[in-house]
Amino acid sequence: MLTLTHFLILSCILFSIGVAGVMIRRNIIIVLMSLELIFNAANISLAAFAYYLESITGTVFVVFNITVAAAEVAVGLAILVAVYRRRKTVLVDQLDEMRY
Amino acid sequence: MIEQIFFYIFAIIAVVSAIAVVTSKSPIHSAIALIITLLQVAAIFILLRSPFLAAVQVFVYVGAVVVLFLFAVMLLDLGGEKIKEQFHQQTVLGVISSVGLFVVLLFMLSRGSLTAPTGGYTEAVLAKNTEVIGKVLFTKYIYPFEVVSLLLLVALVGAVVLVLNQKGKDGV
Amino acid sequence: MPELGLIIEVVLIFIKVYIVGMILFMLPLPLTWLERKVAGRIQVRLGPHRVGPKGLLQPFADMVKLLLKEDIIPDKADRFLFKLAPLLAMIPAFAVFVAIPVGDTFTIPGIDYVFKLYISDMNVGVLYVLAIGGLGIYGIIFGGWASNSKYSLLGGLRSAAQMISYEVALSFAAIGVVMMSNSLSLVEIVKSQGGGFWNWNLFYLPVGPVWFLIFFIASLAEINRIPFDLPEDEGTLGSGFHTEYSGMRFSFFMLAEYIAMVTISVLAVVFFFGGWMPPIDPATFGIKVPAQIMSVWGIGWFIAKVVVFIYIFMWIRFTLPRYRYDQLMTIGWKILIPVSLITVLVTGLMRIFLT
Repeated sequence: MLTLTHFLILSCILFSIGVAGVMIRRNIIIVLMSLELIFNAANISLAAFAYYLESITGTVFVVFNITVAAAEVAVGLAILVAVYRRRKTVLVDQLDEMRY
Repeated sequence: MIEQIFFYIFAIIAVVSAIAVVTSKSPIHSAIALIITLLQVAAIFILLRSPFLAAVQVFVYVGAVVVLFLFAVMLLDLGGEKIKEQFHQQTVLGVISSVGLFVVLLFMLSRGSLTAPTGGYTEAVLAKNTEVIGKVLFTKYIYPFEVVSLLLLVALVGAVVLVLNQKGKDGV
Repeated sequence: MPELGLIIEVVLIFIKVYIVGMILFMLPLPLTWLERKVAGRIQVRLGPHRVGPKGLLQPFADMVKLLLKEDIIPDKADRFLFKLAPLLAMIPAFAVFVAIPVGDTFTIPGIDYVFKLYISDMNVGVLYVLAIGGLGIYGIIFGGWASNSKYSLLGGLRSAAQMISYEVALSFAAIGVVMMSNSLSLVEIVKSQGGGFWNWNLFYLPVGPVWFLIFFIASLAEINRIPFDLPEDEGTLGSGFHTEYSGMRFSFFMLAEYIAMVTISVLAVVFFFGGWMPPIDPATFGIKVPAQIMSVWGIGWFIAKVVVFIYIFMWIRFTLPRYRYDQLMTIGWKILIPVSLITVLVTGLMRIFLT
């Protein structure tokens, strides 16, 4: 029998991996991908709560979440391209000045 | 029983490929691993009786978001990196703190209990999953829906403005 | 011991998947022959005519040639991705057909067993078809990247940008169909168009033809056919994303392309031309025809409509010149998307005030 805990633990694992990715990688693209992992971890737990609480709110929230994630990626990658054009690097620890 | 077997298959593949996203050297390989993870999440949505979410997940995430990632990787020609370039100096600290985060989350999970009242959307009602979501989306949640659509418009315009090439300024 | 009915259902699903898979695998053989014959007719030449009567055995000769060719992998290619890409292009093209209905049901006389003429009727059918169909792009992108050649890379890049741009218009067209037919299930969409050709979504005036045009143009761009085949533009890019591919791997890309063409034809028929519904239903004139005969008759109509569409795709391929890349983007973002937004509004108003 699958319980809510199964899904929540999976969500926790994915969330932690995503957080680790944001913290340890230097390449911005991978950092953005790790953000997507975090989003997905949140989506799994929302959908799981919606199923086990027999409520629709969680499901609707996931739909909004996916929309926001898509917008986030579009803007994030646009910033990335703009930064790369000026600085010729995508490594986060080299982008440490406030202005250039 | 069968559901449980499928859950473990999906979960293990998802976790392994999520680790691959974070550790692989080339961004393209990370993107492939990300695709696999997202597909497993879609499968888990099906286990949660939400085929609509699964379809949207594949459509938006796998069909558009990862293509955008790949587009950026190819446009900027970010090939493989050397192992020294891959990680920060703060790697050890990062791994330790994320493991710590995981432990804290597990602790909270073991302490928590589900006390919220259950709603009326039982499995029988959700057989027409898409219809139910559509109705709720356009009645109860119409204001968030409008706000999200505005957000998408802002993101669209913002992305265009950000990458707009100002000619003569940096000459790229 | 599970009950017998369930076992029969599962076995039937396996048989159906096998049959559909085999048909799809074999389809490119007649299609390549047809395409070259059509090309010959349009360009006032003969086309293949040496191998077999009327050149009918030409596809087999081609197949043998492709199988025997050396399979070259470039030295600096990403070997894993290079081998994976053709499969990635092919699998989604097959997977789409899980949701496609070729008919409604067929009641086997005598034992009264209801045989479904589709593999699965999902209540998110339209979304599934669009989502899975969109995945075929990964084969092109990864193929272009893994070849480690500038032409392939440019082909892959173009393909990614083109696909993201036209996916929007294609989804709008699907939304239009869903609004006209009131359902996301492909079987329900076809059923809503029954009763005669004036009930087809194409003739849902005035918006039906507009939706069809948007769908048609966007899908041409989605499957990289002329006039939108910029990813494999031989004039500027060698031959685009598959420049470095040879032998069997190249033929996988060709296979995927042909199946994508069939998919789009099938979708056009299901969305706008009433699927298996015959143009004139005998029931409207009070003539009673047994249901079994009507199902077989319906499958015949379905195949006929799909073949007409495949012919139109070939016709377009050998008639129209290729667009420039900036023109392609202009058509997608400045024409198709605004037009579809307006048409969504009109369709919505029609649904509110006319029904």
